[in-house]
Amino acid sequence: MFSGEGETVLKKISAVVLGGLMVTAMAACGGDGGAGSGSGNDDGTITLGFAQVGAESGWRTANTKSVQDSAKEAGIDLKFSDAQQKQENQIKAIRTYITQKVDVIAFSPVVESGWDTVLREAKDAKIPVILTDRAIDSPDKTLYKTFIGSDFVLEGKKAGEWLVTEYQGKTEPVNIVELQGTTGSAPANDRKSGFADVIKADPKFKVVASQTGEFTRAKGKEVMEAFLKANKDIDVLYAHNDDMGLGAIEAIEGAGLKPGVDIKIITVDAVKDGMQALADGKINFIVECSPLLGPQLMDLVKKVVAGETVPERVVTEETTFNQEQAKAALPNRQY
Amino acid sequence: MANVVRHRFFWPLLMLVVLLASNLIFTPDFFAVDVRQGHLYGSLVDIVRFGAPLILVSLGMTLVIATGGIDLSVGSVVAICGALACLRISELGDQNSVVGVLMAVGLALGLALLLGAWNGLLVAQVGIQPIIATLILMVAGRGLAQLITDGQIITVNSSPYKLIGGGYWLTVPFSILVALLVFGLALLLTRRTALGLLIESVGGNAEASRLAGIHARRIIFTGYVFAAFCAGVAGLMISSNVSSADGNNAGLWIELDAILAVVIGGTSLAGGRFSLGGTVLGALIIQTLTTTIYTIGIPPETTLLFKALVVTVVCLLQSPAFRAKVFGRRRKPPLPQPDREQPTKVEVPA
Repeated sequence: MFSGEGETVLKKISAVVLGGLMVTAMAACGGDGGAGSGSGNDDGTITLGFAQVGAESGWRTANTKSVQDSAKEAGIDLKFSDAQQKQENQIKAIRTYITQKVDVIAFSPVVESGWDTVLREAKDAKIPVILTDRAIDSPDKTLYKTFIGSDFVLEGKKAGEWLVTEYQGKTEPVNIVELQGTTGSAPANDRKSGFADVIKADPKFKVVASQTGEFTRAKGKEVMEAFLKANKDIDVLYAHNDDMGLGAIEAIEGAGLKPGVDIKIITVDAVKDGMQALADGKINFIVECSPLLGPQLMDLVKKVVAGETVPERVVTEETTFNQEQAKAALPNRQY
Repeated sequence: MANVVRHRFFWPLLMLVVLLASNLIFTPDFFAVDVRQGHLYGSLVDIVRFGAPLILVSLGMTLVIATGGIDLSVGSVVAICGALACLRISELGDQNSVVGVLMAVGLALGLALLLGAWNGLLVAQVGIQPIIATLILMVAGRGLAQLITDGQIITVNSSPYKLIGGGYWLTVPFSILVALLVFGLALLLTRRTALGLLIESVGGNAEASRLAGIHARRIIFTGYVFAAFCAGVAGLMISSNVSSADGNNAGLWIELDAILAVVIGGTSLAGGRFSLGGTVLGALIIQTLTTTIYTIGIPPETTLLFKALVVTVVCLLQSPAFRAKVFGRRRKPPLPQPDREQPTKVEVPA
């Protein structure tokens, strides 16, 4: 018992010491010449601390690049950290930004909950916080200034609306299979409910099977293979991201069917590989979920620093693509 | 009949049959296999095709566990090998060049052997506990895979590479042929030579084996190299099947499935006893379970619970102690005291 307590005390002490060392080290790195840490406050340039989730996919990499590039363009001093998909790393990074007295903190929360303490620290230090791309689950809305990111429900609705227009005037039943994202994740939940909301108005649309493909090509293919065997008559595939759709295309081709013709395919994201498949006619419709929110984020940062009021929720500028639009947009696709 | 029931493969085989049969209720033509696009097509084909990587990883895991160790790093090795092979192929001028693809595959498998040697070195030579030693590569390896892919998904368009995991040879999925080949070789080496006995001896007691003149360290080392090699081939299959390498998700948690397959197959986690055939059965049960979930449409929110229940039943049925307690009573003569409650009849799940 006693030794156990001793151990925890020791752990705490070492954690504090280690944390202190890290903060000093990071502060030393951050202060590039002259003014030292938090130089933004002194010479007028804005300092933005950005805590990224990690490099989990091409989408995320494009997101990082957009933030970095637009910060440079806007003349904002960006302090960037990569959390490698771990919340504790992100909290550590945010604490470091608070000690460095940056002007604004922005971050994409790895998970939805557990942010209250660290965000309250930021609030006490009078540093405004902007959430990007993912929301947090907290009753206290004053912890952050604004949330900029995609509206996943709207994405699902756009997908549903295309389907409704596509099958307008037809009466025979439309059998839909759905490849969901990672179970429990916000994009999976919202893209599913948005889509369901739109198609439920017409009873001819029937979701005959819906399983998670975990946002990956491998799982998308595996699940689609099973769908094809269990359901003889599939008209439409709705995949919550391009990658699952791309996996499913291989499964459909393996079954001797033509993706995009025999089975119509709707996906979300619009990454390069997905756009290529759309341009090739293998996908019918893609709802964009844009990672390029850097310019919008920098605008918000400037407004927040200037003390202007910003809307609580800013939706990323996004569009949709059909096959012709994909052909036109493909050469300039960055990610 | 009693001999059949007592055979160690009886219970896992029964579970596999029950799982397969339960699909018939929802999909009457579940067992139908026809030829489409010049290759075999059907749910059963899917099970062996998607199960092939898991079979391979599990075979490697079996031998490591037989030596009393464990290899947590196989999932990362899967990701690294797939990533490296796809990266090399994507850099080729002509992605369909057989020589180029073979070079990329050779390079990736060479790296797998190297990673296995690293694990073997840490465990056999340095003497670090296997779970810790391989944990290093499990965590660091994912990072290495991401480094290779630069955090992106590398897409390749190469028909020779496609053959490994997604192609067919004489209408049969190529991946299952590879898995069968490795299985056959491993069986031959361990059961037709003294190697299997030596592995079991080392797993039973490494020190005693060493004193008896067995190169215990060398055997353990080889086990890890073999496991990494199997994981490497599995990594090629997984990435080849979807023509792309995903450093983050390829082979994620496959080590846990592999350990489960090994355990279902009747290999002792304490080492010293292994069954390669049982492992293949175990891997097939896991893949059948996954396919069953998709086919009968278990909602994703309850998938994990459903899996857990089935796995619990399989493991309980596998346990002789549990069977003796539950089913054993029926065969015993009636208990001496008549006033004690009658043994409750236990339903055998159909």
